[in-house]
Amino acid sequence: MADSHSGHHVVPLGVYLLIFFALMVGTVLTVGAAYVELGWLNTPVALLIAIVKATLVVLFFMHVRYNTPLMWMFAAGGFFFLVILLVLTLQDYYSRDWESLPTQFL
Amino acid sequence: MSEAHNPALQHHFDDLDQQYSASNMGMWAFIAQEIMFFGGLFGGYTVYRNIHTDAFVAGSHHLAIGWGAFNTAVLIGSSLTMALAVRAAQLGRKTGTFWWIIATMILGSVFLGVKYIEYSHKYHEALIPTASFLTYGPLAGTISAAAAGPLKIFFSFYFAMTGMHALHMVIGIGIMIYLLPKVWRGTYSAEYYNPIENFGLYWHFVDIVWIFLFPLLYLIGGRI
Repeated sequence: MADSHSGHHVVPLGVYLLIFFALMVGTVLTVGAAYVELGWLNTPVALLIAIVKATLVVLFFMHVRYNTPLMWMFAAGGFFFLVILLVLTLQDYYSRDWESLPTQFL
Repeated sequence: MSEAHNPALQHHFDDLDQQYSASNMGMWAFIAQEIMFFGGLFGGYTVYRNIHTDAFVAGSHHLAIGWGAFNTAVLIGSSLTMALAVRAAQLGRKTGTFWWIIATMILGSVFLGVKYIEYSHKYHEALIPTASFLTYGPLAGTISAAAAGPLKIFFSFYFAMTGMHALHMVIGIGIMIYLLPKVWRGTYSAEYYNPIENFGLYWHFVDIVWIFLFPLLYLIGGRI
């Protein structure tokens, strides 16, 4: 009865071990990619791996995968507002050419 | 009917399920606030990194990738042990919850120990962003005044971001010290383990912050 809703799902041990393994592989890939010359792509690749790792942690370790739609909204909401924070801040810094910023950002 | 008589059920909730959902949601609201809190640091980091790209690459090369990668693995391991602590709580296994939390505390302490080694190394290289920045030690006189300013900005971000992250870990270990005797006394059960679940969410969030901090601070620029 208790697991009818609201995330009381008990995640199988194997799933946790698999996620742990995937996170470790992601860490090795992150370090490995830093030693490969990808030019401007180095940072996007590192961030992409980090985003995949964070998503795995949120979905499985933090149980969002097994939670109610309302909790999906709450979890996604935090990251949605983070995107607003970063995008609006950066568009301000990189689009105001009357500020004395280096020319490569204009 | 059995739920209505559970001593863990607070009177303003209909049943334990509703109580669980409310506490879970409250914790996620707190985590959303934490995302914004660290988001401000990441936003400032992005702006200054783009202004002083060369200094951030140079500063990153003063950090030890080995320690950073080791700590990443330690923290991911502590996330696994914490997930297993919550799982043991869900299954009503008191002893399992207790020892998995102990394991999480040990791994968290290892992380902080490595952080101490790294910080003290920075101190001996005079890379602490204060008035004595680069005034003593092996790097003194090797970096021009023009390059030292932006480098100082990088290390300001390094210490602010990793320091705030480490503070969260210290607080997390404090909360575990608070939870352990309650776990041992049998406060929690398969029906009521909300504090364990919510603390797990906090600990995993701190792990996520480090997953981003590691590449953004330690791995800037080519290493070949």
